[in-house]
Formats: sequence, C-alpha cells, structure tokens
Amino acid sequence: MRRALSIAALASAGICLATPLKAQDHSGHAGHVMPKANEPEAAEAPEEPVDHSQMDHSQMDHAAMGHTTPPEAEPAAPVDHSQMDHSQMGHAAMGHDMPTAPSKDETPPARALEGPLHAADAIWGSEAMQPSRDNLVKDHGEMEVGTLMVERFEARIADGEEGYLWDAQAWYGGDIDKIWLKTEGEGEIGGSVEDFEVQALWSHAIAPFFDLQAGARLDIEPETRSHLVLGIQGLVPYMWHVDAALFLSDRGDLTARVEAEYDQKITQSLILQPRAEFELSASDIPERGIGAGLTKVEAGVRLRYEFTREFAPYLGAEYEAKLGDTADIARAAGDDPTGVKFLAGIRFWF
Amino acid sequence: MKLASHDKSSSLLPRRRFLMGTAGLIGATALPVPAWAKGVSMQHAAKGFGTMSGEDIRLDIQNSHYSTGGRSGHAQTVNGSVPGPLIRLKQGQNVRLHVTNHLEEDSSIHWHGLLLPFQFDGVPGVSFPGIKPHETFTYEFPIRQAGTYWWHSHSGLQEQAGLYGPLVIEASDGSDARFDRDYIVLLSEFTPVHPHEIMRKLKVGEHYFNRQMQSATDGNMSGDERRMWGAMRMNPRDVSDVTGSTYTFLMNGHGPADDLEYLFKPGERVRLRIINGSAMTFFNMRIPGVPMTVIQADGQDVLNHEVDELQIGVAETYDVVVTPPDGSHALVAEAMDRSGMAIASLTSHPGHKATAPALRETPTLTMADMGMGMEMGAMAGMSGMDGMDHGAMGHGQMGGGTMDHSKMSHSMRDTSILPEDVATGPGVDMVSPMPVDRMDYPGLGLENVGHRVLRYTDLRAKRANPVRAIEREIELHLTGNMERYMWSFDGRKYAAVKDDPIRFGFDERVRVTLVNDTMMAHPIHLHGHFFEIVNGAEQTRQPRKHTLVVQPGGKAAFDLTADEPGDWAFHCHLLYHMHAGMMQVVTVRPFPA
Ligand SMILES: [Cu+2]
Repeated sequence: MRRALSIAALASAGICLATPLKAQDHSGHAGHVMPKANEPEAAEAPEEPVDHSQMDHSQMDHAAMGHTTPPEAEPAAPVDHSQMDHSQMGHAAMGHDMPTAPSKDETPPARALEGPLHAADAIWGSEAMQPSRDNLVKDHGEMEVGTLMVERFEARIADGEEGYLWDAQAWYGGDIDKIWLKTEGEGEIGGSVEDFEVQALWSHAIAPFFDLQAGARLDIEPETRSHLVLGIQGLVPYMWHVDAALFLSDRGDLTARVEAEYDQKITQSLILQPRAEFELSASDIPERGIGAGLTKVEAGVRLRYEFTREFAPYLGAEYEAKLGDTADIARAAGDDPTGVKFLAGIRFWF
Repeated sequence: MKLASHDKSSSLLPRRRFLMGTAGLIGATALPVPAWAKGVSMQHAAKGFGTMSGEDIRLDIQNSHYSTGGRSGHAQTVNGSVPGPLIRLKQGQNVRLHVTNHLEEDSSIHWHGLLLPFQFDGVPGVSFPGIKPHETFTYEFPIRQAGTYWWHSHSGLQEQAGLYGPLVIEASDGSDARFDRDYIVLLSEFTPVHPHEIMRKLKVGEHYFNRQMQSATDGNMSGDERRMWGAMRMNPRDVSDVTGSTYTFLMNGHGPADDLEYLFKPGERVRLRIINGSAMTFFNMRIPGVPMTVIQADGQDVLNHEVDELQIGVAETYDVVVTPPDGSHALVAEAMDRSGMAIASLTSHPGHKATAPALRETPTLTMADMGMGMEMGAMAGMSGMDGMDHGAMGHGQMGGGTMDHSKMSHSMRDTSILPEDVATGPGVDMVSPMPVDRMDYPGLGLENVGHRVLRYTDLRAKRANPVRAIEREIELHLTGNMERYMWSFDGRKYAAVKDDPIRFGFDERVRVTLVNDTMMAHPIHLHGHFFEIVNGAEQTRQPRKHTLVVQPGGKAAFDLTADEPGDWAFHCHLLYHMHAGMMQVVTVRPFPA
C-alpha cells in the first residue's frame, strides 16, 4: 500500500520537473546574458566563452559594469564595440579580470534602478503586498513598549518620626519618543500626605544616552500648584543614572532638582545603590519655607536584593540637609535642618 | 528520562534509515492533513522530528505546548513537533511545499540558504504577502543545490516559539553516501516567556537576562579597567542579550534533561549536520576527545579541516565528520556566554549517558571588541588584562601619546570617522575607532582554550569559484545602542530605509564590507544568494556562505555576484536585533527578469 503511494508520488514528481519556473529564466535581460557565475555547477566547468558578437553592446552600460577605464582617466570617447572583435576576446579578459580598481563610488549601476519599487508587487500585486509591507515596518524596529517602575517605596524612620515615601515612573513609546509619567510623594505613617506631585512628560531621545523631557508637573500637596517642566534624563559616564529638571511654577518661581544614582553589583542579585538628590531655587518661596540657592541635599545608600529582577526589597540610610536660607527658615520654625533616616522598602517594576 | 522510542527513530537518523526509509515517508507526506492538525485543542509538542520528502510536502503551523526539564510553556509547531520536520530533498527535484497556517495570526516559512525564485523565499512584506490565518500557501521551486540548510518562520518572533526545522538536500553526485551515519544536530532554545515579553524586557533594559554581569565579587578586571568601561557606559559582559536565565538550550528539540542519544558503532564515519536554528545564541560545539573534520559550511563543501571545537553563529550550519572511539562521548553545544548548554550522548552503548563537562568561565569582552584594532596575537592571555599598561598598548594613534581614559571614552564615539551616509544619533552609541579584519578570530571565549578551534580563515571552497573581478565596493556599518536596545545598518532602522533598498545590478560583482560599530557579534544573512567570504584564501577558494558573523568592533567582507533577480531580505539573524530594525532589503535588478 505504502509502496503504491510512493510510486504515485514519484510519478507526479516527473511531471513537475518538466515545468520550468518562470523566474529561473533570465534570458529576457537584454545585454545581461552572462553565465550564472555563482551556480555550483558553473564552478566546476571552465568559464564558457561568451560570444560577444551576439550581445548588443550599445545597450550596455559599460561603466556601470566595471569595464570602465580607471577613474582618474579623462572620460574617453565612446568606444565603438562593433569594431572590436569580441569573439576573440575572453570574457574574463574584457574587464572582469582587468586590474582596474573597483569603483570607490558606491552608486549602483543604472540597471539596478530598473523595474517596480517593490519586486513582489509584480508577482502578487501591490494591494496584496501593502498590508504585509506595513506590518514589516512595524515588526522591524517600530514596536512600542512600556514599563512601570516603582524605584522607591519605603518607610523612613528617624527618631520620633515614621514616614513613608514613594517614587515611581512609567513610560510608554518607541525608541525616540515616549510619554513619561512620574510621581513622588511622602507623608507620615498614620498621618497625612505632606508632599505629592505628578509629572506628565513627553520624552525625546537627543543623544545615545540622553532624553530631553518636557511637560507639566502638578503638586497636589502641600497645596495645588502647577509647573512647566524641562529636563534631561539619562546615563552619564561611569554609569550614573541622572534625572535633572527645571520647574517653572504658575507663580513664576523657578526651581530645579537633580537626582543621580548608581547600581553597584555586589553579586548578581545583591546591589548597593548610592543615590544623591539636590534641590535648588532661583528665588525665595516663603510659603514653602524655601530660600534662594541650593535648598536641600539628600545622600543615601540602599542595599537591595533582587529575588527577581522585578522585585527587590532593600534597606538603607539617608542623610538629609536643608541648606542656606532654607536651613535658617527651618531652624527658625524649630525644626532640625539635618537628619539621618533609616529606610526599608521595595523596588519593583513591571 | 529515557527517550520515547519514536524520538529516537525520528530525530536520529542512521544512514540506512535515512537513505532507505524515505520511500515510505514520501507516501506519508502524500496523505491529507493529519488528524492532530484538524483539532483545535492544544497539542503537546513532540520533541525531535519526523522526515518529509518527495515532491509534495504538507506543513501545518499550529499552537502547541512544550516542556523540557522544569520549564514548560506555549510553543508554535510545524506538524506537531519542536523542531518541525526534517525536509529531505534531492538536488535536481522539484518541490511543492503546502503550508497551512492554523494560527490566529499571519505566518510564513522561509527556506534558509536556498536558491529559489524570490517570490517563494517566504519573507512577508518582501517576497510575498505572508500566510493569513487558516490559509494554505504553496511554495514551488526546483532544488538547484545540495547540502545542509534549515527553515523557519519569518513572521514576528515566531521563530523563537518553535517554528523552525532542518532541511537537507542530497547531492545528485551521490557524495552523501560516503558516511556510515548521517545525523542532524539542530541547536535552538526554548523559553517559557513570550517572545514579545523578551523583546520588551530588552527594551526596558536593566540587562534583564544577564546573570553574569561583572560585579564586585565576579570578574577579574582591575579597578582601573572597570572605571574605563564605566566611563564608556559599556558593559564588558554584554556577551548574549538573552541567556540561560530564561533559555533551555535544545539539541533536536531535546533539553539537557531529555538525555538525547546519537548511536554509532566503533569505526563508523559519522556525519553531523550542525545547524544553529536558535534565535539568539552562538554555540561552542565540541565533543571532548573526538576531533571533528569540517566538510561543509552553510551547506557548501569546503576542504577537510580538522578541529577540536567550533563556534557556530546563529543561522550558520557546519557539517562535520567524526569517527568516535568506542564509548560514550558528550556532544556539547555550550552557549557562548556559558550560561547553559545543549547536550547529547554520542555513544556506542545505547542507554549509556556521557558525562557532561562543566560550563567554562564566562568570557569578558576586551578592547578588540570595542574596535580598538588590536592584533589577535596581542590578545593572547589578555582576557583578564590585569596590570595592563594602557599607555603602552599602541593606542597611541588614537589620542596621542599616553592615553587617559577620559579621552578614550571620547574616541569610542567619534562619528566624524564614519562615512557620510551613516546616520548618527541616539541609535548609535559607539563607533569602532580602528576596526580590523577579524576573520581569524575563533569567537569570543575560544581564544585560549588550548586546542584547535575553527576560524573563518581555515575555510577553503572545495570547488573553485569562477574568477570575477570586483566591479564595485560598498561599505555598510552595523550600528546600535545597547542601552536603548536599538539595532540598525548605517544608523538607520528598517523603517527609515524601507523604500531605499541596497541595489545591485544583475550579475554585478560587488565587494561588501561590513564594519561592526558595536560590541556584539552579528550574524549577517543575505537571502537567496551565496557570497564568498573574503578570508585570505585566493579568490577561487573563498568559501561560499549565506551568513557571515561580523565580530565585535571588527570588520568582515564578502564578494557577491548578484545573480538572483528580485527583492531579498538582508539582516542580522539575531532575532531581536532584526526585530529592533537591523534589516534592509537587497534588490537585484532588472526585475522582472
Ligand atoms: Cu545583530
């Protein structure tokens, strides 16, 4: 039974073999009738002498084919190939083997521009091809992705005070343009939220390691206030991640914030992260207890353990200091402008 | 785990079965769609593959489930197995491949390394419209060549999910009969993670899959060197983007836990057709104690060359012949980053498992991988580079006199040395300052292994190529940004060049030089052609290949006779690099012919 089937299959093979495939027949190229040099079979046989008397050389762009005179030569008068005895000339001797320097000009020969823009349209029709062609672009570099990263979500313990803090970022987009959302805030455990801000930014890659970010920031606490934001986020030499932004508030106050952090791997899963943050203000903002100048600095270190890349609890400590006039304002209010906090939190992302 | 008997008979093909069993299989292929393909319920994928041959071959693409070792997850299969069936053809025959797509998304199959009319090459959007869900597409073409090849989906990231398989063409001159056994060694990966999620994680960054990063307690670089790499914002352990942290490495669809066996009798000449059908992994192939004689590269005969190990880039194939002594030998395919291995036992004692060698130490990139133009000789023993005097290393040309590291970080992205047609911007994070030809490089991590390792410079075409002078030279830069996971040619992703193909005149002879401005090796594949790699052999002996690995920071050239009209895909065969945009169309005109 099987034998019979296979004989039938073999018989049908003979029939298919008799049908030459259209695309294999290159004889239609005027002036390009060349031996198919790269076929394995051709490799074994000595190269067939080409009968150039059969070829219409007037149609042939010799320059484009590498038969050209050396580039530094004057443009020569057109050679009348009809006067040349091509039948005596080995194909190889005709220039394929001539010691002419290959063209340094990368411009392809004229025949390389012939035909439809997309070859497949000539076979399957452009209507059938277009959707797959659109998809090809999407599938080769135009995908958009997103992520949500909670960089810090922590309890902050100083003597007598137990606070919490969050710092999260999400983005979505392509390689160059993305939408970013950032939120940061802190409060007292069991108490009210003291600081709460949200930023919505458009992000545009401006250099291999930097994005320019612009958008709006809305403070919900300590009071509602909106800002325009212009910033830069990226990776500086020595692998520090930096996020620096200017904020212009709806009352005309100009402030700035610079954050920098670095991941030092102790092992593949244990990571020590030093982190620093600076805040600046161009003017006094009395209602927020801020004096012009460098207003605040935070320097901390967090040691996290990545159970998975996406989930890492950490412990750490942070030194915080209000500076300059801002420190004076704090002192006047009876607060200590400096302090050390112990941190316990998790870093997680999706 | 002991192999189910069907595994053994289907994935391991002793020669007699190979040559004599095909008649029955031809009959099998003529049957209508098998029962399992009609059902909608998810099949559990078989490991290993059956054989399909004859003039009419039916392939059914469907969703499936796969598991090996402790990992399991979704897979896409052809005819119900991972890998899909061995397609075994004869040089000179004609074939019709009827491919039915049972998925809910478009699919395709590309015949990797085959010379064929471009409209049957199987790249949606380039050669044909793709295969819509629940449709059948028939590919039809004559088989003009012989050798070892493979096939895979060219749609989305389906190749990662299981849509690949081996393809072998028996030479019409009967030369395949010289061996006592003829085996496929198809290397690939399985991951339970959805390929799109892998892509997303690569884009989000954090070196997500790399569990071999240099740390305070790992790596033997000096502090000075660590700072130098840090200054350049580069990572000396960027060896593989996706690793054994999510991949189980497979040999003929079998993970290490599956105890795959290749049987032989002492004295037999065993041909191993090694195919790297993985999405992202370069493998170091060796059989400790058994030398391998390379006889084919990318399906093309080469002069015999004996080695103890070879690194095979993604999408390459090597055929080797071994004559193992009595016993059980480990057939080892170690991932280049040493994060895992695929392994089988090459044994003369059925059921006797060979001892697996330990994974070797993860290699670390060197300055040559940054395109610092170092001689390979000078690299010997330098993998650690401890106590290296950077000033004395001949970087003098780069920044003058003694070099300080801040200058070096500058010179790593001097875009002024790029040709004008290379776009710079966020997508290009590095420019090789002094790219050199690295054809004699054995592959990362194999510089100092103490035994014979294959290099491209060892390969010689067995049959002489015709002599053709180069008519034109072009240069293409392989570019990228590791942090952003952007990859491109000449700084442009596919979208930017979709209507601007690389153009060749029909029968034009062109030398194409690929300059790698990144720190990763890229296996660059041209569809529908063989080119001859410029490896120092005289022109007639330059080996013919379809895929060329361009080493990090180096350059490599091939000579191409563009004699296949139409549009062809040209891309990096690292799947996620291609998906990130490292692809362009090559067109050979005039077309239509
Ligand atoms: Cu690549």
